[in-house]
Amino acid sequence: MSEQPQLLYQNRYVEGIAGIDKWIEHGGYDAFRKALTMTPEAIIDEIKVSGLRGRGGAGFPTHIKWSAVPKNFDQPHYLVINADEGEPGTAKDRDLMNGIPHLLVEGCLATMVAIRASKCYIYIRGEYVQPWQSVQRAINEAYAKGFCGKNVLGSGLDLDIYTHLGAGSYECGEESALMSSLMGERGMPRLKAPSAPLPMISGVWQKPTVVNNVETVSTVVPILNRGGAEYTKIGYGSPRSRGTKLFSISGHVNKPGVYEIVLGTPFSEVLEIAGGVRTGHTLKTYIPGGSSMGFAPPTPLDYPFDYEGIPASTQTLGLGSGGLIVMDETTSIVPIVKRLVDFYHHESCGKCTPCREGLNWLSKIYQRIEDGAGREQDIDLIWDICDNIQGKSFCALGEGAIWPVMTSLRLFREEYLSYIRTGKDLAMA
Amino acid sequence: MLKFDATVKARLDELISRYPNKKAALLPALWVAQEVYGGWLPEAAMQEVADHLEVSRAEVEGVATFYTMYNKEPVGRHHIEICHNVSCMMFGADQLIEHCGHALGIAKGETTPDGVFTLNGAECLGACCNAPAVQIGGTYYEDVTKARMDQIIESLKGDSPSDVIVPPQSKMPEQGRF
Ligand SMILES: Cc1cc2nc3c(=O)[nH]c(=O)nc-3n(C[C@H](O)[C@H](O)[C@H](O)COP(=O)(O)O)c2cc1C
Ligand code: SF4
Ligand code: FES
Repeated sequence: MSEQPQLLYQNRYVEGIAGIDKWIEHGGYDAFRKALTMTPEAIIDEIKVSGLRGRGGAGFPTHIKWSAVPKNFDQPHYLVINADEGEPGTAKDRDLMNGIPHLLVEGCLATMVAIRASKCYIYIRGEYVQPWQSVQRAINEAYAKGFCGKNVLGSGLDLDIYTHLGAGSYECGEESALMSSLMGERGMPRLKAPSAPLPMISGVWQKPTVVNNVETVSTVVPILNRGGAEYTKIGYGSPRSRGTKLFSISGHVNKPGVYEIVLGTPFSEVLEIAGGVRTGHTLKTYIPGGSSMGFAPPTPLDYPFDYEGIPASTQTLGLGSGGLIVMDETTSIVPIVKRLVDFYHHESCGKCTPCREGLNWLSKIYQRIEDGAGREQDIDLIWDICDNIQGKSFCALGEGAIWPVMTSLRLFREEYLSYIRTGKDLAMA
Repeated sequence: MLKFDATVKARLDELISRYPNKKAALLPALWVAQEVYGGWLPEAAMQEVADHLEVSRAEVEGVATFYTMYNKEPVGRHHIEICHNVSCMMFGADQLIEHCGHALGIAKGETTPDGVFTLNGAECLGACCNAPAVQIGGTYYEDVTKARMDQIIESLKGDSPSDVIVPPQSKMPEQGRF
């Protein structure tokens, strides 16, 4: 098995690590102190060298976002942390915030120095009351120790961090919807570049804003501690996928859980880390990184699990948020896909027609199939509707909604047919 | 009858102070209102929020209705929400919802006549590795079996305190106090 150095989760299971004293005892806030001795440019450079990519789903290079922020202090800059974690199958940010909240707070502070922000809002999904309490407690401790507040550690910088509780909307995880929601509006997405300015130029309250995922800014801590160049030495796959990433592995494995795994680790080993497919069962399919990524076939399994490594032949959209869902041969696919269709339909914000209407139709057709009134032509109809959403929806929710549908149709057409004909599926037959 | 007394207003003002304008405090203010009004948002609650934040009633309603966690009608003292998304579904979430409904004598979306329990399904709660997951107020229960569900329900019967979500209340220490 490949070695799995733990950079984020090194001290995850140390007793009392959620408290600031224990955190500092284990080297906590060293990265932030280091950041205070560096210029913003030097920090961004270090992140550039490290090759860090956004851990929220899109894998966008973090340094590019950061360097687009204006290099002056004559207006407020904001850091907004995306802790809305709602992608089905994804449970990593919650585990991090519950267990090691100071990693997030320290990462926020270092990032604020790099992008010259004086205020940071951590947007936490409404269901995450416990993680919110954990993070707020950590912030309060950081204030008490002088890591937050006015003239932090004599640096001349004022750094404030606030938590902001969402109220139950998957769409608010989408970056522009999240900013709307933070400003007290409905969580609907906005026009993006090039039709509108980048958030780094005009984001929340028309001020320069960086939106990053919880894990992304947390990863800044080990990068600053080790140096970007050292960080790039970790990784078993593509030169563009360096370091480690958190994966929440759920479904039919022996040891489901949140694991920090080196990018590029062979996928078969990733399964082993989670204890392997349920004993006595065989892999049927899996979703590599949150439901929007779609279903992958049970072979091949020996590829490097990273941003570039997932074979195009799987037809999935990739690593996504790191929510790996494993399904064995006992799983009925049609009801699972129906559940996802209903989820996306429920979460569609209603702004654009293809997503709003298309998902409504899909939801009705799947219901009909489940009720035993499905027709074989429904399969083509489903495909058609997906075709009409693909590339035509205003934000990525629409795209993410149809991907599990289309990939499941490609892989399990026979199962759909049998389900429609007999009201049962192959797995149950 | 208005319910925002001086203490509540002070809490709202602290929330407002975190943002560049009052409107941005709308989501946190609605959380406070929902807590103060016993777990849901009647029209009066939205009106009070609108007045204090100096935004229109229509705007408050538009926002409140967009987000599922703001309850537009009364819910039981304990709002049981069982995740029915994929990972939980694979571990019997639907059967758990059914079981819970039988135990409480209500269907999904309903509240018991005594107003103690409301039962609902929920979307992925971010606890997929410990499926099935259940949220009751601000508390998560994980790896919930039917037997465990029975115990939880039992423990919440009687005069257990309401578990309505208490929203963000940070106490930012004053500079120099430490
Ligand atoms: C419908 C939808 C939901 C999303 N949900 C989340 C989320 O819950 N958490 C997250 O970090 N990113 C989410 N994203 C991705 C964000 O839009 C954005 O890419 C991310 O916050 C950027 O941070 P990063 O560069 O650090 O990854 C979502 C995107 C879409 C389209
Ligand atoms: S794709 Fe769906 S969620 Fe996105 S803007 Fe359109 S309706 Fe809203
Ligand atoms: S699917 Fe139930 S918690 Fe994620």
